[in-house]
Amino acid sequence: MTTLESYAKIAEAAPRGLIGGAPVVRGEDEIKRKYRREPGFPVPILIAPATMWLIVFLFLPLISIFIFSFWKTTGHGMTPAFSLEHYRAFFVTEGFFDPKNGDFLTPSVFIRTLWTTFRFTFTVMAICLLLAYPLAYFLSMQVEDFKWQLALFLLAMVPFWTSYLIRAVAWLPMLGRHGLINEFLLDIGAIDEPVSFFLYSEFSYTMALVQLYVVLAVGPIFFSLAKIDRTLLEAARDMAATPFQIFREIIFPLSLPGIAIGMIFVFVMVMGEFATAVVVYGGKTSTTGTVILNYYVIANYPFAAVNAIMLMLAMMIGVVIILRLVDIRKEL
Amino acid sequence: MARSTPERRRKTRIKAGFSVYYAIFLIFVYGPMFAMFTLSFQGPRGGVTFPMRGFSVFWWEKLTGPSAVGDIKSSLVRSLILAVIVMVITAIFSTMLAMAFRKKFRGSGPLFYAVMSGLMVPGVLLSLGLASLLRVVGIPPGWWYSGLGVHVVWTLPFGFLVMMAVFNRFDARLEEAARDMGADEWTVFKEITLPLITPGIVAAGLFGFTLSYDEFARTTLLSGGQNTLPLDINAAMTQRVQPTIFALGTASTIFSLLMIGLFIVIYTILYRRSR
Repeated sequence: MTTLESYAKIAEAAPRGLIGGAPVVRGEDEIKRKYRREPGFPVPILIAPATMWLIVFLFLPLISIFIFSFWKTTGHGMTPAFSLEHYRAFFVTEGFFDPKNGDFLTPSVFIRTLWTTFRFTFTVMAICLLLAYPLAYFLSMQVEDFKWQLALFLLAMVPFWTSYLIRAVAWLPMLGRHGLINEFLLDIGAIDEPVSFFLYSEFSYTMALVQLYVVLAVGPIFFSLAKIDRTLLEAARDMAATPFQIFREIIFPLSLPGIAIGMIFVFVMVMGEFATAVVVYGGKTSTTGTVILNYYVIANYPFAAVNAIMLMLAMMIGVVIILRLVDIRKEL
Repeated sequence: MARSTPERRRKTRIKAGFSVYYAIFLIFVYGPMFAMFTLSFQGPRGGVTFPMRGFSVFWWEKLTGPSAVGDIKSSLVRSLILAVIVMVITAIFSTMLAMAFRKKFRGSGPLFYAVMSGLMVPGVLLSLGLASLLRVVGIPPGWWYSGLGVHVVWTLPFGFLVMMAVFNRFDARLEEAARDMGADEWTVFKEITLPLITPGIVAAGLFGFTLSYDEFARTTLLSGGQNTLPLDINAAMTQRVQPTIFALGTASTIFSLLMIGLFIVIYTILYRRSR
């Protein structure tokens, strides 16, 4: 029993309110509560500006997307109405129940676009995880010196702070018929003549997205790995666990929250992606993001809004699935 | 505990393997950028891919010349002004929010998620929502208000998380002591809290600056007639791609790296001083 605990016992036993009674020892909880009650600046003043800002620039836009999705198009703008025609267009065009289309079982073109977006996103997430995990593991487990850890981590993270458009453009010299990848493959004799398969293909699009967003997966995984108590690993080793067992039973389960957060980052970023598709993919296919912009440009705002809502729904479902699989609350 | 030699050798091998992997990862992340740096010095008759046809500063001259893609100089100035404003607002807001979150208050849960959703909502949605809202209301969008608004929504969660981390490790007893000696709230903040959290505030501002300076998706529909630098870059990209864009990209990347370096230096100095 620690001294503190024994004092607490005595304090509990002693009759309170008597002069000379044992001093009441404050538990840690009580001390914390006392600090919380400390004056400081009033909360409403502290949160008011940011809250107002979020209402105007985050909630109003999202609510207006929802409202506008029911409005009617006038050709160069929109008028207030309650119409579901744009939702109908989203689900029907060139697909289900479209009278012009004999094939009833094909999903509409916009659902297919959303599905393509999701498929790309899923591939990118998988590759990002495979690339990021060993890196985060190396930085947190193999590099012992904290200074080196931080330096190597920052070095890997720096590209996140540079323009992502430019990083997308930077793929052009790598991918073309005379690109570096082709030259390299020619040099090692893997191919006999340059292949045009790299630029403007699903492959290049996926690679570019992975390169753009992989750092978002590295960060959270690194933090959750770095937080693992080293004595746990030591204990497991003392009990003769093999390195693989230690990884499977301790390290991997404890890093799951980090994986979930990293995957959510990559997921929301790539789902909302639209610029890379144009640069590296030559605009050959569209993502839901490009569809939204295209309809905005031709002033069909309600239909852009419908696509935006569907994108948001898909993202929410994805995030909920990830959160169902992994409990990230202990990470926050 | 002495380890047997074979095990130590195995460990070294594993470590070497991971180091090689780290190096390859760096090449993957930085490689395209270096290809771009090199190609920005492409000869006048060269194209956007290798081989280099000579070595020249032709495309760099073209970039700074009058017939450059768009009006680069003024869009750069706009981007910088915007980034500085975003930096200041991010630093102030995230400090205030994190200070509020040191206490328990009603609605703290929803507010936390509201701040965090700035990270989750794709830029294209915010752009679309605010742009169509402004259109209905009849206000033309402009980079310095509608653009600024959504930029801060994007940078605030980063700054907020930084400041939360700062206050997690903050020793509240220091403030308590000052209060016990009769200092009022402003004096406590100015003399005790602020000097201790300055490195954090600088870091929050750094996030704001660099994220805003490079932001494209959120500015797309909201900048009005005047472009910021990322918008100009995008415009140049959708036209015929020339090595000029590589020169522009190189310049912009070097500038970003310099800013990051500068901020790291400032942060280190302030951090040492606050110890």
